Amino acid sequence: MAFEFVTIYWRDMLRFVRFKIALVASLVQPALWMALYGAAMSSNFSRLSSVMAVPEGATTISYLTFMGAGVIALTTLFTSLFGGISLLFDKNWGLMRELLASPMPRNHIIIGIGLSGMTKSFIQVMVIMGFGLFIGVRFFPGYTTIQTAGAIFGILLFVGIFSIGFIFLSSAISMTMETPEGLQAVVTLLTLPLFFASNALYPIDAFPGPVRVMSQFNPLTHLVNGVRYFAIGDDFYAIGAHYVYTTNDIILSLLALTAFASIMFLVAWRVFKKAVVT
Amino acid sequence: MVINLFVMKPALGRDLSHAIGCLRLKLDIDSQQYKTGLRTIKTMENIIEVNGLEYSYGNFKAVDGISFFVREGEIFSFLGPNGAGKSTVINILTTLLPVQKGSVIIAGYDLATQPEQVRRSIGIVFQDETLDRDLTVKETLELHGRIYSMQRDERRRRIDEIIKLVELEDKRDVRTRNLSGGMKRRLEIGRGLMTRPKVLFLDEPTIGLDTQTRRRLWDYIKLVNDSGTTIFLTTHYMDEADQVSDWIDIVDHGKIIASGNPAKLKNALGRDMIYLETSDDEASMNMLKGLKAVMDVKVAAHGLAVTINTDGTHCLPLIMNRLRDGGIRIIGANLKKPTLDDVFVHYTGRDIRNAGVEKLHRIQPRRSR
Repeated sequence: MAFEFVTIYWRDMLRFVRFKIALVASLVQPALWMALYGAAMSSNFSRLSSVMAVPEGATTISYLTFMGAGVIALTTLFTSLFGGISLLFDKNWGLMRELLASPMPRNHIIIGIGLSGMTKSFIQVMVIMGFGLFIGVRFFPGYTTIQTAGAIFGILLFVGIFSIGFIFLSSAISMTMETPEGLQAVVTLLTLPLFFASNALYPIDAFPGPVRVMSQFNPLTHLVNGVRYFAIGDDFYAIGAHYVYTTNDIILSLLALTAFASIMFLVAWRVFKKAVVT
Repeated sequence: MVINLFVMKPALGRDLSHAIGCLRLKLDIDSQQYKTGLRTIKTMENIIEVNGLEYSYGNFKAVDGISFFVREGEIFSFLGPNGAGKSTVINILTTLLPVQKGSVIIAGYDLATQPEQVRRSIGIVFQDETLDRDLTVKETLELHGRIYSMQRDERRRRIDEIIKLVELEDKRDVRTRNLSGGMKRRLEIGRGLMTRPKVLFLDEPTIGLDTQTRRRLWDYIKLVNDSGTTIFLTTHYMDEADQVSDWIDIVDHGKIIASGNPAKLKNALGRDMIYLETSDDEASMNMLKGLKAVMDVKVAAHGLAVTINTDGTHCLPLIMNRLRDGGIRIIGANLKKPTLDDVFVHYTGRDIRNAGVEKLHRIQPRRSR
């Protein structure tokens, strides 16, 4: 059994910790976003939805709580999509030749980078949840300590699979790109549709047909489903939509994310096997 | 202290090379052919064997049927102008490019079918800096040891040895971004040696470094070679190749166009010049013209310029004896041998230094980005 991917992981985490500005920015940015956007939209949506009739027996949750799950998902998406950029820098100005000319199997590079990206997302998500609770996000309503721990585990499971899938995608793109600008362009192109055709910030029920279908194939939607299920519950009402998650829905979302991550791994593996860096 | 010992070794080797070079000339051996029996050899084992290697980028054939071998324990120089196919060959040998056609055996392993074993048998110092600037010296070596799956105890021991060897003890926990160019290069060489490779590939190891740093680097490289590691070298500095190489292959247009030890290559040009000041230049001229080794005699500023077609080192005493026997007094004598630069220009029609400048400019913007 070879453990070289641990080395790749170790080195990437070492850089993450050493690159102080990036570290701090990656933690402050989602918090700021939630504080400003959340506060602004929350008061607007509260006013708009206050006239709507709440269905019998449903628990109404605040918009801030609703979007808290979305912020977790979006932050994970952004971080993971850019997570492969270190490979691009390695390729152009760093260690890539050393890694590719070593006897280490190349999929260890992908796995190592994937796991370190996942760890970074975990750290971010924990910080966002902590900050969210502090500014009034009502996660884990009435949960016992054990239930809360279970819910956090569930959230991290979803976040982990989602992030590693996008890190694989990002790694594959990075290895085929010549410049960081190219990666940036592709990532931006991917981010916006994923972002808007998802349920991260608003319900998808009112989407026009094609967009709704798109959103069903959007990994981001499945991540948000999972996070909301664990953080808020399986039955709640927010900004004019009634959310009911069955266990099957959640298992389906988990499977969708797993399938996505597996496909992305194969894509990245193929790119790495064929990669030539001289 | 140790280093001084090694300065002596190549000097001895060079004398031997001269002798062999002279011998080869006397036998009138075609300079483009290998006569393995005369190679300055340390062992008879071939550590690298390349046969009929070809590589194309699309329609462009960068390597056009190259065959050569490297003896175990020698310093082998692979020289050529830019675009000659040199880098492609090195990238194939270091497993960064696939073998398209032909065969390569390194340390007994077939490159096409056993790339992992080849990778475990070689160390590489890449032409461009290949360091993580955020890792320390120790971590850089640690990472290398780990991805080559060295066991922890051995890894730790080797890290200490290597850091000592390349004299970076007080930089152990300094990030590589804060090292000087020479230190970085030493670290990269040390890293290449971590796993005790059979062959160390050095691609332009001294490019962009000042003279003093270059000299120190060569001391390390000779030290490494003397402990048994075969060195595969490319360089743009002909004087360096001349001083350290046991054998040189010159490649151009995807083919090997000349090979030999440095002395042989230089002698093969047959352009040794002897400048003589004598008591009677005219009589000397007539006397010299009768000699077989003398190609041409001209009157120069203060005497005679004699072009000879054999190794001047051995020819000069003979000429002087002949003149003395003819009653001529020799006032002064000077021997100018062709440099490896002359050899390079002769075979490639290009000057490696001019070709090199272009390359230097190309890689420099890299660091500033």
